[in-house]
Amino acid sequence: MDIHEYQAKEVLSNFGVEIPAGALAYSPEQAAYRAREMGGEKWIVKAQIHAGGRGKAGGVKLCADDQEIQAACEAMFGRKLVTHQTGPEGKGIYRVYVEAAVPIDREIYLGFVLDRTSQRIMIVASAEGGMEIEDISAEKPDSIVRSTVEPAVGLRDFQAREIAFKLGIEPGLTQSMVRTLQGCYRAFRDLDATMVEINPLVITGDNRVLALDAKMTFDGNALFRHPQISELRDKSQEDPRESRAADRGLSYVGLDGNIGCIVNGAGLAMATMDTIKLAGGEPANFLDIGGGATPERVAKAFRLVMSDKNVQAVLVNIFAGINRCDWVAEGVVQALKEVQVDVPVIVRLAGTNVEEGQKILAKSGLPIIRATTLMEAAERSVSAWKSDNSLNLKVISS
Amino acid sequence: MSIYLNRDTRVIVQGITGRMAQFHTKDMLAYGTNVVGGVVPGKGGETVHGVPVFDTVKEAVEATQADASLVFVPPPFAADSIMEAADAGIRYCVCITDGIPAQDMIQVKRYMMRYPKECRMVLTGPNCAGTISPGKAMLGIMPGHIFLPGHVGIVGRSGTLGYEAAAQLKERGIGVSTSVGIGGDPINGSSFRDILEQFENDDDTHVIAMIGEIGGPQEAEAAAYIQDHVSKPVVAYVAGLTAPKGRTMGHAGAIISAFGESASEKVEILSGAGVTVAENPAVIGETIASVM
Repeated sequence: MDIHEYQAKEVLSNFGVEIPAGALAYSPEQAAYRAREMGGEKWIVKAQIHAGGRGKAGGVKLCADDQEIQAACEAMFGRKLVTHQTGPEGKGIYRVYVEAAVPIDREIYLGFVLDRTSQRIMIVASAEGGMEIEDISAEKPDSIVRSTVEPAVGLRDFQAREIAFKLGIEPGLTQSMVRTLQGCYRAFRDLDATMVEINPLVITGDNRVLALDAKMTFDGNALFRHPQISELRDKSQEDPRESRAADRGLSYVGLDGNIGCIVNGAGLAMATMDTIKLAGGEPANFLDIGGGATPERVAKAFRLVMSDKNVQAVLVNIFAGINRCDWVAEGVVQALKEVQVDVPVIVRLAGTNVEEGQKILAKSGLPIIRATTLMEAAERSVSAWKSDNSLNLKVISS
Repeated sequence: MSIYLNRDTRVIVQGITGRMAQFHTKDMLAYGTNVVGGVVPGKGGETVHGVPVFDTVKEAVEATQADASLVFVPPPFAADSIMEAADAGIRYCVCITDGIPAQDMIQVKRYMMRYPKECRMVLTGPNCAGTISPGKAMLGIMPGHIFLPGHVGIVGRSGTLGYEAAAQLKERGIGVSTSVGIGGDPINGSSFRDILEQFENDDDTHVIAMIGEIGGPQEAEAAAYIQDHVSKPVVAYVAGLTAPKGRTMGHAGAIISAFGESASEKVEILSGAGVTVAENPAVIGETIASVM
């Protein structure tokens, strides 16, 4: 689960990480008022969205007075900000963060991740702050400092000092740097984060170590023990179909194609999408309905897939193990009676009791296109979608 | 032989009184698995399908000489249960539970290291379908009848995609020595590399099928290992060619975040290591048959 910059800063500052003075605003007027309240000469207005790359996309503005703050905010509120991380649809701006500008001497990159190779928490830092980590590793790979944390004892001070020295932090600031690293680590560990990124971490003209930006992502599997983190969720930043699916216990990712997919199992769902592509089509979604393909789940899945207006055919691919095919087939038939599906439906069942399942589909009287292999299912979905399209065109032209 | 699991393996089920665990215990017993006990704290003395239940893993091991365990415990308590198994001298543990916090798994892996290698538990999973040595024993939730006994070793992250491969093999009359699910989580008990090592040393396994997906470094690590250490033919399929970068595809671990983690990069790395790659999931069985 992602949270906003201002939320991440608040979380981190509770663990001893220093941040510039700042305040949240929900309107241009409030933003200007907040800036006056804070004092100072210059302020940064920052769009709060769950994505990076805001600066280049116009989501971060330096302002010198009330008018500039209000103008910057008016250009942001209610708009969709499109950055290289948001996808073409962008993310809506409904909150801005106003921050007092600080004099910057140096910019550092600092990240904490779950490293899957060492299977530990890893610190990644670079003296080339301000750039994206992908660009740093492409252009200045030697500048990257890595350190993994032994879980039995946690991050040791000597490790934090080592990182500070490798980054060339001047000796007088080593302690501040150690405090920052330890704060991030403790926040990561105590709150079950999967990522903490401060980019840039800056050394100010008056010798302070400040987090100028902050990003945190949390482990969805651990939210049960952090209700205060769950509360930070902002549904306005999520794809509405994906959050609806998640609320119903389905795993859904919307894509750009037009063949909807309903599959049990994440690996098989990806494999099904790949086969559709190979057959000349484009999948409209990833959807894993999980182990128990009950009629209710299948019906929910159809509703969800059909809510995507681009869907022109639906491919159901269920490998029934413990759930027998006859039972899954009954579920599909029942779902098709409940949910209005006005596009071709292709069903491929495999596994236990497949013949009985096929019979139930055939007897239902519903216009279900049946397939036995994965490839056949994909090919039939693509041709059904193509012929359905030509049919529509004929109707229009006549 | 077969790896990890055979007719003599003495199995306990942790969390055996749960609905799902009871169901699959019955299924495993019917398959011929030697399920000797169950563990649920506070329910010692009860029985499930004739299997005695104990309060602790230590008691269960003492009474039954169990050497393998299947964990069905809910996510908040699963890590603790795996550690209990490791401490009680269980040699092989499969964790089915989906949704264990990643940092709990970091603790589990660190904890397992405290035992010397010769008595250290092997863990596969979590978030997997389990392990089966067809015709011998089943430790998991898979449908046993789709696997024929034979000589292909299967290792994969995804349950149903593994079934798909086994079913394609069965259609061709090809059997399986052991099929191991390593699970879809970012921090897991065993990697592809660990299982490949076992298959390479198993006389019963002649060909290895590896079913990967997007995300994580484990397929690339496996490729390096295969190049230097595996003499048996390896066939691989990697799911997720159409998956977008930065989006989690169902499995917590299925997200492309670095180089070498996309399906096409993994295919390239594996091909470079001499692995025969199945171009699409429909030809996994065919490709395995072609190298036998």
